[in-house]
Amino acid sequence: MTITIETQTDQPLLELKDLRTHFHTFAGVVKAVNGVSFKIGAGEIMGLVGESGGGKSVVGFSILGLIESPGKIEGGEILFDGEDLAKASDERLREIRGRDISMVFQDPMTSLNPLHTVGDQMDEVLRLHSNLDADARKQACIKMLESVGISQAEERLKAYPHQFSGGMRQRVVIAIAMLAQPRLIIADEPTTALDVTIQSQILKLMRQQIADNGASMILVTHDLAVVSEMADHITVLYCGQVVEQGKTRDIIESPSHPYTRGLIDSIPDPTDRMARLNQIPGNVPDIRNLPKGCNFRARCPRAQDLCAEQEPTLKPQHNSLVSACHFPLQPGEK
Amino acid sequence: MFGYLVKRLLQMTLVLWIVSVIVFLMMSFTGDPVFMVVPVDATDAEIAQARRLLGLDQPMPVQYWRFLVSLVQGDFGYSYVFRQPAMTLIMERLPATVEMVLVAMVFALVISIPLGVYAGANPESKISRFIMAGSLLGISLPGFWVGMVLIYLFAVQWGIFPSSGRGDTAEFFGLRISLLTGDGWHHIVLPAITLSLATTAILLRMTRAGMMEVGRQDFMKFAKAKGVSRRDVLYRHGLKNAIIPVVTIFGLQLGDLIAFATITETIFSWPGMGKLLIDSIYRADRPVIVVYLMLVALIFVVINFIVDLVYTLIDPRISLK
Ligand SMILES: Nc1ncnc2c1ncn2[C@@H]1O[C@H](COP(=O)(O)OP(=O)(O)OP(=O)(O)O)[C@@H](O)[C@H]1O
Ligand code: SF4
Ligand SMILES: [Mg+2]
Repeated sequence: MTITIETQTDQPLLELKDLRTHFHTFAGVVKAVNGVSFKIGAGEIMGLVGESGGGKSVVGFSILGLIESPGKIEGGEILFDGEDLAKASDERLREIRGRDISMVFQDPMTSLNPLHTVGDQMDEVLRLHSNLDADARKQACIKMLESVGISQAEERLKAYPHQFSGGMRQRVVIAIAMLAQPRLIIADEPTTALDVTIQSQILKLMRQQIADNGASMILVTHDLAVVSEMADHITVLYCGQVVEQGKTRDIIESPSHPYTRGLIDSIPDPTDRMARLNQIPGNVPDIRNLPKGCNFRARCPRAQDLCAEQEPTLKPQHNSLVSACHFPLQPGEK
Repeated sequence: MFGYLVKRLLQMTLVLWIVSVIVFLMMSFTGDPVFMVVPVDATDAEIAQARRLLGLDQPMPVQYWRFLVSLVQGDFGYSYVFRQPAMTLIMERLPATVEMVLVAMVFALVISIPLGVYAGANPESKISRFIMAGSLLGISLPGFWVGMVLIYLFAVQWGIFPSSGRGDTAEFFGLRISLLTGDGWHHIVLPAITLSLATTAILLRMTRAGMMEVGRQDFMKFAKAKGVSRRDVLYRHGLKNAIIPVVTIFGLQLGDLIAFATITETIFSWPGMGKLLIDSIYRADRPVIVVYLMLVALIFVVINFIVDLVYTLIDPRISLK
């Protein structure tokens, strides 16, 4: 069963159908991604949100075929332009990686190889995925570095990652991801290492690049404020499952799932720095040992007996929303 | 850079000086060499005379001073046994040892690195387990036994390789080198394999451990996400990060094999330094032992220096300071 948002009639750029990625650890099976479906059209930005451990990064790695033992894609389809990447060969995936789909990793401090120059690590992408000669590649790298706001780019190409600050490394990683003008960028918390002003500047730049190339983006973040500015659609993950999906405006204005409501309420108010954050009470349950019924029950203000008995499934709600809740919020309800 | 070199040179000199003190003390406390030079039926007067000639009647500090001065002048004295300059004796045999060790180290590298990378990248595979079991054998089998087995199989049974000696050599800047002749190569294979076995195993295990460590790093995954081939991820990105401890051990093993190739040289009757050392120890041939020890110390110090330079070539975060 897959209920997803019907945004376009033509084929989406990427469609996940019931993706399941599990890690078989000594302590038990971690169902990090357990039945995730969504669609992204060409030129769209989708926000993938949820608390830590929700499975956001694992979704990203699964799409690129970067899940390593003890992890395994147990089932589902990853349709990129109609081709199922879950069944693609290693060779095929290598062609796609970096060229058609690229990824900005979560931690900029560890994403770059400490023993190669920044220039070399950028050049590598173009060597692999373009026919440009050495000089043209260098110019492209310089241009890209400048566009992510790194000055004296030509000099910096010769520098090593340890000579860069965290924020600069983050920009280099973003530059690498955009270099081959991929059709889909998976940006895993791309701006966490940056301070707020630079954050919005980089996000604008990424949006610009994407718009220029007609590319799409999966923007992974736990920061709903960022997503609400950038994304066309939002998918909310909890314990490896989609709990709510819909158009950004519909979700932000009036979510139907109590978890989404909680996430929105915990966005800090930028005008009132002293305001206490309304964090969702309680903790994410142990993913190896999920409770019967709804995974959010222990933390949910609306929970009733049924929630302990029966697992809610995704159902269409008001406006564009789809969510998995027995007692969804009605439009305008707090 | 220049300051660094000067500092390093002073350091190396200091180390060599300390070694000279130790060598001198060792020599002074192990037997009286005067009996090596006098005839068996020498009179007391003759012995005293010889003692004076050798400077052994002087107080220790004076003896050491003379020892040091002659070391610095490159004068290591004459072998008591061969009546030739000790330095010449060693230098005649050094090329044989060094070339055997170098060939052994090349064998070790060529085998251990690819296998170590493979085993580190695929720790679960059957082949990796096989490689690791093999490396355990390589470490635990005694060299002399392996040497004898190789001789039995390849020389005695199948007659593929000769069992002893160095074969033909050719002159190169006054040094006699086997590697310049086909026959020399033919002779060097078995001893070099024997000598390389333990080093291969150690380097392989180091490489594997390093690769396993590096494999967990984010930048490896990021390289894959860029579309880099598996081979380049492992070698360009992985191995370079895993190799530093391997380089360290390589340096130590290199020095070690040059210094202590004795057993292999004995089994294959390889005319290297090791055999000379054993003979000299038996006969308390002091000057030869002194040259040998000082030379080994020098080799270690130089290798160490080169290893440090190599570090800086590999890792930009390590600087010459
Ligand atoms: N290699 C792995 N081995 C075992 N478990 C893993 C592995 N990688 C991820 N997991 C588990 O999968 C779950 C989802 O992880 P994931 O990294 O996708 O979360 P996330 O939503 O990206 O969180 P964060 O916001 O902290 O980045 C977590 O419970 C995590 O412990
Ligand atoms: S199903 Fe019940 S517990 Fe789960 S979110 Fe809805 S109301 Fe809360
Ligand atoms: Mg993550």
